[in-house]
Amino acid sequence: MHNSKEFKIPIGPQHPALKEPESFSVALRGEKILGVDIRLGYNHRGIEKACEERSYVQDIYLIERICGICSHAHATAFIQAVEEIAHLAVPERALYIRTLVGELERVHSHLLWLGVAGHEIGFDTLLMYTWRDREIVMDILADLTGNRVNYGINSIGGVRRDISPAQVKDVLKAVDKLEERTKYYIEVATEETTIIKRLSGVGVLAYDDAIKLDAVGPTARASGVARDVRRDDPYAAYDKIQFNVITDTHSDVYGRTVVRVKELMESYGMIREILKKMPEGPIAIKAPPRRIPAGEAISRYEAPRGEDVHYVKSNGTEKPERVKVRAPTLANVQAVKHMLKDRFLADMPIVIAAIDPCFSCTDRSIAIEDGKSRKKNVMTWQELHDYSIKWHRERGFDPAEINRKFHKTMEGK
Amino acid sequence: MIMEVLRSILKKPATNLYPAEKLEMAEKYRGELKFYPERCIGCKLCMRDCPTGAITIRKVGEKKFEAEIDLGKCIYCGQCVDSCLKKALEITKHIELAQLDPKKLKVVFGHEQAGESPEKPSQGAAE
Repeated sequence: MHNSKEFKIPIGPQHPALKEPESFSVALRGEKILGVDIRLGYNHRGIEKACEERSYVQDIYLIERICGICSHAHATAFIQAVEEIAHLAVPERALYIRTLVGELERVHSHLLWLGVAGHEIGFDTLLMYTWRDREIVMDILADLTGNRVNYGINSIGGVRRDISPAQVKDVLKAVDKLEERTKYYIEVATEETTIIKRLSGVGVLAYDDAIKLDAVGPTARASGVARDVRRDDPYAAYDKIQFNVITDTHSDVYGRTVVRVKELMESYGMIREILKKMPEGPIAIKAPPRRIPAGEAISRYEAPRGEDVHYVKSNGTEKPERVKVRAPTLANVQAVKHMLKDRFLADMPIVIAAIDPCFSCTDRSIAIEDGKSRKKNVMTWQELHDYSIKWHRERGFDPAEINRKFHKTMEGK
Repeated sequence: MIMEVLRSILKKPATNLYPAEKLEMAEKYRGELKFYPERCIGCKLCMRDCPTGAITIRKVGEKKFEAEIDLGKCIYCGQCVDSCLKKALEITKHIELAQLDPKKLKVVFGHEQAGESPEKPSQGAAE
């Protein structure tokens, strides 16, 4: 038995089980996880800083590219903050269209998650089924907005594209079809023994822990925490639409599956209601301002993965002074650490996948702080390069020497 | 399940034979940009609003402007089309823009080619 020995294995930054580069350092005893150290920063793109150097109009498209799955969530959260600072009254119809795209995005995100979860537990049939059905909603989004992802539907003070009666019919038809398919997935999720046995009791996050660790979105709702920005702090047209906040008491990955599948059904109902209630009128304000008056605002948005928070500070010019994004995965990452403790290593992929992580949304830059003088310093590319060569030399590995040998052999040939 | 299997046997393939059969894009799909030099007044609002700096408007003569669009930089958001006051820019459904030579990604819409669509950059795409 090797059970007595403790050891650490690194998973990532590059690992076949991870879709994005991120480092997990797992302390193990036998098969059991003693603790996980998650280190962010491998996917940092500096979008917040880049936003400060671009105008508000340009920022919409940059912010939208934070995430490929919940692009509308980020763009809407940002634009809501900007509109709040500038006191713009967005037309009713625009709010309804934003909500509609938001819900369609939720449908596609949840279907995508269901497929990924199926894939992680080796149930690839489910992946094929859900991703086939996801095409229906992707086509609808492409038809409504002009692109399958990064919809670009938002503009300051409204939306960019109207929805025609023919498109309404298409959406309703697609929703009917998707609803029928989702009923089948509910059947699969609640009756298929493979799924129930594989997911039950895996990645448990108790109600108290979910509150303590500030879990958001379906992760929190699966632990019985009825937390949903759409109901708690309604934005866009959510205050005019009837829906239930789905919660579950399983508190494990199975619960998260059930919550997501049931949320799909809620979304279909909401899409129908939006299309029925959508008022006539303009879709954007005339002549949106380029300069936004000085001020600051926080905007919350219930992305498919959970609450997304944007903070915007303006200084009266065309460019924001500060943009801060708190993506849902950042809120859930500590919960993952808790869920993995004392679990088996084999459960790790599905537990991480169960929060529907988006590491590129989450990534933060890391400031290096001197331990003694508490001085923060920023390294240039050359300094970092020299530092890495020094670091390797101290450990008896000379990259420069190897480089030379490599060139020699190449020239020899 | 069995029904699904039987249906799949009888169904025709779900995929298309791509270069031969092309999928129709959505009606208002955001693809390649098109520029009408005769309508441009040189206000350069499109240049100012472009998130990636993909579009450059140059003055080539008295009230004559040409546009250079870097298709490698363009993110196909269509903001320039919205920004343009004179509707000198238009978004098309054309999506086959892949190139082997990066230089071919820079498309210039000048006065001499006005009227005819720049088919040139797309020809190498299928090869």
